[in-house]
Amino acid sequence: MDSALLVHRIHFAFTVTFHYLFPQLTMGLAPLIVVLKTLGLRHNDETYNEAARFWARIFGINFVMGVVTGIPMEFQFGTNWSHFSRFAGGVIGQSLAMEGMFAFFLESAFLGLFLYGEKRLSPRAHWWSAVAVFLGSWLSGFFIIVTDAWMQHPVGYTKALDGSVQLSSFWELVLNPWAWWQYAHNMSGAVITGAIVMASVGAFYLLWGKFEAHGRIFVRVGVVAGLIFSVLQLFPTGDGQGRLIAQNQPVTLAAMEALFVSQTGAPLVILGQPNVEERKIDNPLEVPDALSFLTYRAWKADVQGLDAFPEDAWPENVALLYYCYHIMVGLGTIFIAIMVVAALLLWRGKLFSARWMLWILLLALPFPYIANTAGWMTAELGRQPWLVYGLMRTADGFSKMVSAGNAMFTLLGFLGMYTVLGILFLFLVRREIEQGPVGEASPQH
Amino acid sequence: METLWFMIVAVMVAAYVVLDGFDLGAGAIYLGAGKTSEERRKILRAIGPVWDGNEVWLLAAGGTLYFAFPLLYASSFSGFYLPLMMVLWLLMLRGIGIELRAHMENPVWVGFFDLIFCVSSVLLAIFFGAALGNVVRGVPLRADGYFFEPLWTNFRVGENAGILDWYTVLTGVIALVTLTAHGSLYVAVKTDGELNGRTRSIALWAWPLQLLLTIVGLVATTYVQPAVLDNYKRHAIGYLIPVVVFGSLGVMIFAIRKGLDKIAFVGSAFYIVGMLVGAAFALYPVVLPASTDPAYSLTIYNTAAGHHGLTVGLTWWILGMVLALGYFVLLYRMFRGKVRLEGGGY
Repeated sequence: MDSALLVHRIHFAFTVTFHYLFPQLTMGLAPLIVVLKTLGLRHNDETYNEAARFWARIFGINFVMGVVTGIPMEFQFGTNWSHFSRFAGGVIGQSLAMEGMFAFFLESAFLGLFLYGEKRLSPRAHWWSAVAVFLGSWLSGFFIIVTDAWMQHPVGYTKALDGSVQLSSFWELVLNPWAWWQYAHNMSGAVITGAIVMASVGAFYLLWGKFEAHGRIFVRVGVVAGLIFSVLQLFPTGDGQGRLIAQNQPVTLAAMEALFVSQTGAPLVILGQPNVEERKIDNPLEVPDALSFLTYRAWKADVQGLDAFPEDAWPENVALLYYCYHIMVGLGTIFIAIMVVAALLLWRGKLFSARWMLWILLLALPFPYIANTAGWMTAELGRQPWLVYGLMRTADGFSKMVSAGNAMFTLLGFLGMYTVLGILFLFLVRREIEQGPVGEASPQH
Repeated sequence: METLWFMIVAVMVAAYVVLDGFDLGAGAIYLGAGKTSEERRKILRAIGPVWDGNEVWLLAAGGTLYFAFPLLYASSFSGFYLPLMMVLWLLMLRGIGIELRAHMENPVWVGFFDLIFCVSSVLLAIFFGAALGNVVRGVPLRADGYFFEPLWTNFRVGENAGILDWYTVLTGVIALVTLTAHGSLYVAVKTDGELNGRTRSIALWAWPLQLLLTIVGLVATTYVQPAVLDNYKRHAIGYLIPVVVFGSLGVMIFAIRKGLDKIAFVGSAFYIVGMLVGAAFALYPVVLPASTDPAYSLTIYNTAAGHHGLTVGLTWWILGMVLALGYFVLLYRMFRGKVRLEGGGY
């Protein structure tokens, strides 16, 4: 692989992966904070308002990190992927510019009101500011998904004389079926992160024996939201997304499953290591015929394996793609199991005294982040070797004028800066959690 | 249609410089003007609820530029690779400087973020000025519409110029002085007492420098890029722009002396808009002049997106702009008046 191409790819992959650790919590917490504030208005109970304020503080720190790591993303299309930008700007410029106009203005204007305006606003007006921040963050996600979905499944464009693509139908771009399935799947994933983080902090308080009234609220809201969205994550959103891939990117599906040989009644590999050199799975643990059924709803259906496609059309990194996909699906399944058990205990009124379950909820904290990251890696690695599926290869899209050395310089800069940001974030959040939801946590807040 | 989008992008850039300009300027004078912790908090309070919204104008202008002129975006962003990345790092540092400072009262923590906020604001003002200087002076574009500029070469203008040469350093300094005055006047509007007096005297002190640099800058620009005069010769109406620029400077000094902070701030805003419109008027229809061969210059015509896209974009752009202006009116009304230190935040 050309070394400049590799550096530019790692540059984008690293900055976007780090960035998305924050927006997934922002987008996941925003609706849950609206729920807490609604409960506070409805019951006129100060505990809910304290709970909402506590999460607003975490949200604020998280939001700052999301904003500062998000700014480089919009720039990198031009700085590191200028040939791609020139080629596709006539189409995806639309969705990226709309994100700025519709989402960023909304979010930034109301965030200040939401975080610091509670004393100036009436409770109802403050509730609306929370809704505006929620809408802004979800709109932002929508326009980014429209952009990514177009790269996965280009629609609504024509080829211009200079070789670039130009918009031919705005509605086809915005109503791209890929975008809507991906959006539903992604947002549900974000809510799972928000729900598990909330339940985990609640479980921590209950196990610690401090702020127990708030801890119970966190666990209850987190488990209910977690149950709903971890089920939605599998069906219909994950299923719908998977079927789109089977129809439009069959080679990607084969690589995700590491199905090297086309076969009728293809098995679903649960565990095992893809051995790309020998075209087989080592140590396989399989469910016979299950892949055929999940893909085509028929146990003996034909599924195309990687051997049905020329090798230069394969995603370059079959093993990594396979692992990402399996980690995502495996964790998603575990989340459903955890949430079903926790919800049953909650329904029976035993959850708050079931310490073993609280421990499980507490320790679940990092896993939705891993699942969401693995999911995005599945989507993006699966699209390879294409940058825009079927239209532009990744190797043709990077900035040819920016040498590997210059890109390495800024990659190292980002590595250093993000390390510092990550430490600051953990430090501040740990502090907020330790100080708890009661009273003024930060003296100047 | 291309001309319309040129004007839209120019207006958005101008809005960005006027709005984020005052909080950058407030950052530049932050350590000098704010002597005590209370005064520094007042400065932060003055910009706290609005700085993020102001910065969105940069992202929105960048997004609109990408949408309307994809080749210009692709070429300039990759060509100015290193300085743009440094701008990103500075924007990030500045953001956390403002937002994380208030999380702990420890003087070491506060001092650290104070320094970060001030230094990144100063450097950003200089970088943005130098960027504008580069766009006016021209860059070594090749026939395929791309270029790459090193950070500096021999500090002379010409075909081998870097990002920084004597001219772009000059425009960087002009930007710093302009935004220092702009930010001081904003803080003066938003505060009272000693801090108000101190910021006003910073603006008073900066004024002669600003006048001198404006004249030097105009002369230097006609020397470095003689083509800037063509549009003025063709359309005499353009000469209104320097009238506005110098008129605004006159209003500024008059209002600062009289203690009319709001009028002085508006004068400073007009000065900034005048300078930017003057540059845009001079360049049009070129958006990035080539120092190699004028035929390689990027214009609004050879960089624009397809016609259908530009037409569709106009509809949602107008809708988005109306909404955005609505939010801004609401936000600034909410936080109007002099800042007080009671209540939550910063």
